Amino acid sequence: MAQITMNDLGKIYDDGTRAVGDLDLVIEDGEFLVLVGPSGCGKSTVLRMIAGLEDISEGTMSIGDRVVNDVPPKDRDIAMVFQNYALYPHMTVFDNMAFGLKLRKMSKDEIKKRVDEAAEILEITDFLHRKPKALSGGQRQRVAMGRAIVREPAAYLMDEPLSNLDAKLRVQMRAELERLHKRLGTTTVYVTHDQVEAMTLGDRVAVLRAVSPRAPYNLQQVGPPAELFNNPQNLFVAGFIGSPAMNLVYGHLEGSGDAVHAVLPNTRIKVPKAALDRHPGLENRMGEELVIGLRPSDLEAAAVAGQDPERSMNVEVEVTEMLGADTYVHFSVDKNTVITPDIEELLADSGQGPESLGDKTSFVARVSPDVSVGHGDRVELTVDSAKLHFFDPNTGDRIGLKKTVAA
Amino acid sequence: MTTSTPPVTDVTGPYTSPPPTFLERIFDRWAVKLAILIIVLIWIVPTLGVLISSFRPASLVNLNGWWTVFTDWGSNEWTFENYSTVLSSEGFGNAFLNSLSVSIPATVIPITIAAFAAYAFAWMDFPGRQWIFVVVVGLLVIPLQMSLIPLLKLYVSVDLVGTFPAVWLAHTGFGLPLAIYLLRNYIGSLPSSMMESARIDGATHFEIFTKLVVPLSVPVLASFAIFQFLWVWNDLLVALVFLGGESSVRVVTLALNDLNGSRGQAWHLLTAGAFITMALPLFVFLTLQRYFVRGLTAGSVKG
Repeated sequence: MAQITMNDLGKIYDDGTRAVGDLDLVIEDGEFLVLVGPSGCGKSTVLRMIAGLEDISEGTMSIGDRVVNDVPPKDRDIAMVFQNYALYPHMTVFDNMAFGLKLRKMSKDEIKKRVDEAAEILEITDFLHRKPKALSGGQRQRVAMGRAIVREPAAYLMDEPLSNLDAKLRVQMRAELERLHKRLGTTTVYVTHDQVEAMTLGDRVAVLRAVSPRAPYNLQQVGPPAELFNNPQNLFVAGFIGSPAMNLVYGHLEGSGDAVHAVLPNTRIKVPKAALDRHPGLENRMGEELVIGLRPSDLEAAAVAGQDPERSMNVEVEVTEMLGADTYVHFSVDKNTVITPDIEELLADSGQGPESLGDKTSFVARVSPDVSVGHGDRVELTVDSAKLHFFDPNTGDRIGLKKTVAA
Repeated sequence: MTTSTPPVTDVTGPYTSPPPTFLERIFDRWAVKLAILIIVLIWIVPTLGVLISSFRPASLVNLNGWWTVFTDWGSNEWTFENYSTVLSSEGFGNAFLNSLSVSIPATVIPITIAAFAAYAFAWMDFPGRQWIFVVVVGLLVIPLQMSLIPLLKLYVSVDLVGTFPAVWLAHTGFGLPLAIYLLRNYIGSLPSSMMESARIDGATHFEIFTKLVVPLSVPVLASFAIFQFLWVWNDLLVALVFLGGESSVRVVTLALNDLNGSRGQAWHLLTAGAFITMALPLFVFLTLQRYFVRGLTAGSVKG
């Protein structure tokens, strides 16, 4: 059991590329922390620096109260689970799990006891005598997990351990991982690019992005999943967390006092006090162009949520997606798509360029499946206006953000 | 899981080449097989001839060709006399043992050194690693004939000429560049995450080498062992120069050469001698050939 502390951590590769900059992060004892971000954001590098597989160029890394910058991996008391499992193919499952214990000169009885225990937890007792090539992907994944468990380390490091599994198995293993962490209570650092995985697994989630001259540090926001979802600190986090992604559109505020309205293309929405309170200083930005964010889940058909002329949008449906429990309604509003460096980075990660977006902004609403609409229909939506998000289009920061990024 | 399944040819993909024409299909199916058949025949027929001749008495060997046994089976006689003569009075038995004494250490020593070196070149971080590797591989271009005279002078000065260690050292030196090159490529392709996992599990470089790399490199070690063994076993030049024809150290290739030289007409003995010389390499190849085709890494990593 141990707390992992990163202080002004930095990584510069031999060719001069900077992968990690100014990272301050404390992972509490027993916490499940998820590092999430698009590819190339440095999340795996950070994990490998904790493991000792990458040298630390700047700052300090401590596990417990020991600075481990120059401690080799085997002496850091950590165990790592790799994306491709990294099993030893010529050894049986038992030997795979016992390998690290044998190297540590543990007694045969103790090794057997620990391996049997871990095998039981992971339900792989029947495969102990098999070689990895005779196992399915999910079983190999469990063996990799078991190899970490038997070590009883101070912390587990997991590098996208579920990404090689098929979708159904991934969901199942995700739940098992969560149960396992509850049971073992060991500090866990988990790297993923899948924000759903991050939200469901993490006690806290740290959103990272690639360092650039504009943003010389990786860490964008760290906090419990709900905090990231409800109060994203900038457009990057807002766009990355949540599926479907938050709808973002240019707009401005007008009015004063109790009657502040957000002016969006085709509509005016009254901004309630709750939304103003979440964005201190917002009332001083009247008339300025802002980026306004609306989660798809905060848009519902008026037929279900009730009519309210103060917070309604009348839109023409382009596409609907039936998911059973929800229906996604896609539509456009007449305004240029919000393009900021944050958004461009997120688009690039999903393989799109800003030029493909045209002069309209695509919106998604997550409505009740009882609402039956189709292509070309007009539908009235009611906005959960207390959950509006406002961002500064120049900095990308949330309005009223206190600079506490390095929390 | 996926490594063992054969690749599926995707003919529906957008970028596949047009389907083969009739002629192309004929060529694909038969031309390759025909070529292989011709090559196999070219090698098998003379070998078969040698084998048959070695069991025929001298009188018949000198009278007609080996193929007549097929047309005139009844009038042929079979004998083991050629073999007994070669093994006893021609000293082939002793030469056979000498060849083993040369070949086994001259195979084991370079492979051992090369495996360690290959691991270091592939997985250890030390200054000048790339540079030293380039130099080692560069040594491949030096023909061994060029080093015969300087090496012989050196051996004379340290009194090694005519001893087994002289040939062991020579073969080790000549074999190492290729061995290191081949083994490094294979060992370097083992999954890096497996090495890292072992490091976190607490393994030192030596433990990673002995417990993971060597067991997983059996296919490449075996295939290089076959190459090196055959090369050393069939070598005449190096053995002639550094060992000489003294009967206590004479190897089979030299013995065979002597047989040929002293009795140009002793065809029947030459065939038996040749077959004794071939027997062991054949055995070695047949027992180890499965390692040529088998990979051991299936199941380590996904993909």
